[in-house]
Amino acid sequence: MLEIKNLHASIDGKKILKGINLKINTGEVHAIMGPNGSGKSTLAQILAGREDYEITKGEIIYEGKNLLEMSPEDRAREGIFLAFQYPVEIPGVSNTNLLKTALNEIRKYRGLEEVDAMEFLSLIKEKTKLVELDQQLLSRSVNEGFSGGEKKRNEIFQMAVLEPKLAILDETDSGLDIDALKIVAKGVNTIKSKDNAVVVVTHYQRLLNYIIPDFVHVLYQGQIVKSGGKELAFELEEKGYDWVKEEKNELVTN
Amino acid sequence: MNDIKEIKNQYLKSYELFENSLNGERFSSINGIRKEALSKFSDLSFPTVKDEEWKYTSIAPLLEHNFIPSFDKKHLTKNQIKKFLFESLESNVVVVINGHFSEELTNINKAPDGIEVSSIAKAISLNSPLIGKHFGKYADFSKHIFTSLSTAFTKDGVLIHIPESKIVDQPIHILFITSSENEKLLIQPRNLFVAEKNSQVTIIEHFVSINSGIYFTNTVTEIVVGENAVVDHLRIQEESKSAFHIGRMDIDQERSSNFSSHFISLGASLTRNDFNSKFNDEGGECKLNGLFLTENNQLFDVHTLIDHAKPHCNSHEHYKGILNHASRGVFNGKVIVRPDAQKTNAFQENNNIILSQEALINTKPQLEIFADDVKCSHGATIGQLNKDALFYLKSRGLGNEAARAILIHAFASDVIQSVKVKAVRNYIEEILSGKFNPPEESK
Ligand SMILES: Nc1ncnc2c1ncn2[C@@H]1O[C@H](COP(=O)(O)OP(=O)(O)OP(=O)(O)O)[C@@H](O)[C@H]1O
Ligand SMILES: [Mg+2]
Repeated sequence: MLEIKNLHASIDGKKILKGINLKINTGEVHAIMGPNGSGKSTLAQILAGREDYEITKGEIIYEGKNLLEMSPEDRAREGIFLAFQYPVEIPGVSNTNLLKTALNEIRKYRGLEEVDAMEFLSLIKEKTKLVELDQQLLSRSVNEGFSGGEKKRNEIFQMAVLEPKLAILDETDSGLDIDALKIVAKGVNTIKSKDNAVVVVTHYQRLLNYIIPDFVHVLYQGQIVKSGGKELAFELEEKGYDWVKEEKNELVTN
Repeated sequence: MNDIKEIKNQYLKSYELFENSLNGERFSSINGIRKEALSKFSDLSFPTVKDEEWKYTSIAPLLEHNFIPSFDKKHLTKNQIKKFLFESLESNVVVVINGHFSEELTNINKAPDGIEVSSIAKAISLNSPLIGKHFGKYADFSKHIFTSLSTAFTKDGVLIHIPESKIVDQPIHILFITSSENEKLLIQPRNLFVAEKNSQVTIIEHFVSINSGIYFTNTVTEIVVGENAVVDHLRIQEESKSAFHIGRMDIDQERSSNFSSHFISLGASLTRNDFNSKFNDEGGECKLNGLFLTENNQLFDVHTLIDHAKPHCNSHEHYKGILNHASRGVFNGKVIVRPDAQKTNAFQENNNIILSQEALINTKPQLEIFADDVKCSHGATIGQLNKDALFYLKSRGLGNEAARAILIHAFASDVIQSVKVKAVRNYIEEILSGKFNPPEESK
């Protein structure tokens, strides 16, 4: 479904991604871990179409198409969803308005009928229940005045409504208590199927008890320096990243 | 310079024609004021950018034309004005065509007895005591050349009088319609609205044009808000994009009066507005809100002055600008708190969004505070659409246009929401949607 080949990216002349290779098939869950500043969010934002980054080398193929040539909105319409590490507050735009517009834009693109007010309402009702989100938050402005946990749950709620093919969760678990974490996991596990894929960016193995990854990758200094199964997450939790860093240095010196 | 002198002479010359057009009415009580204003007009110079008050607004383009006062009444049919009406506000409609009050198209159906809505020309010819008491008392022409021009050529416009304790539920919608091809008309509606003690009224001043020609609207509105009276004022300005609009509004606020104004401007080629409100007694409340949208080469300028001459008054001012292309905007908000005016609350804010590289806004709050026990604040912002918000919306599937439109709507929404008349609120939303296309579902 997604193949990233030798991706190099920089911002303001500063090299951030230095040759990422990653292949994701439908039905898979991939976890990306790595120390602060290693480039995890950069990779996630590039997948969603952020234009601030300059792609200096490499390519990304998504469902047979050149992803880097697609606008952010078309990527969303093609099924890519990014749960932001820092969801943006948008005063004056209600959550409902955003979501209804988004849903119908995506449906239009796919040649589907737009949902009417009634259908939308019942969909919203169902999904707010799923992520235990207070319905009252929906009439408020997007993320404005939301607590950290509410923002993260709102991202999962949007994901649940939009039902993406490729969901990328950028530290959606950071700062959540165990109950909220379970809710996030429930949201992900509900949409998960053999036809879609999930990428979770996280610092903590804990989330991976609830969202079981097929692969765990370690991103360090803009490269994936190690990949493994879910046990790698435990190893990282236990030993930290230093041993991986050393392996990378060896890699470089060799 | 010679050219400008020539332009002025043209105006002075047309005065004779104007006087003739007045017929017997030239001997009315206000003729003295007209004459005085004419002599002021002749003494005053047209402002240049060297004048502090006109620093960012050059009226040179206005002075390139020789505008001719519109003497003749023009007739329009009901059908021609239909598109300017608001569906739910058709019961109280006043129509002014090229500055002349139209008796045939004016209809006041839903107003209590005793309310006067009439042509100012008629009131002048009948020597109405209202004219004697209020006309020209608030819009001082001695320093303002365009107000002196308006006063000198005073002929017609709208007089509204709400007697004591009368409540007018249904808003009065005044349509100032310009119908001119290439005559380069000078159109000068002159209005006086008086709301006596304990009365209440909503008045909409709506400037529209049938053609897209070059003309010059120079309008002066004086508003008296009596003791404990409530006046909700709206002004919608949709002039021809080649027109010039100089608008002046002066508000006299008596004890515990409540005045609010919402100004929605789509501008003209050049627009200059001077809105002045003065608290003449304690306990007054004044709200000045505005939203202006400019595009192409439009220039929009609003200068407001709130004069806290008395204690215990509150003023709130919030203007928002959305500037596109190579348009320019000027916001100058002056608040004076005089030595007497303790316990004043005065808040002012101006936020602007610049949609293109070339657009420009000059914003200047001016607080002059001479009392010590007051609460005053002001703020101004100039920004672009938030990039992070744009990306966030696009990442959810919204196209560039739709995402921009949603953010522009959001930016304007608090000013729009503060408009109490629903039909006008919807109309503004419609205007915004027409300019910035959101997908249908987002409405
Ligand atoms: N807009 C930007 N301008 C300049 N530098 C940037 C920008 N965005 C990211 N960087 C830099 O790129 C590097 C990678 O940042 P990124 O946010 O991708 O890291 P991360 O792995 O997500 O970190 P964290 O775990 O803290 O979220 C960092 O050194 C960061 O400072
Ligand atoms: Mg990050």
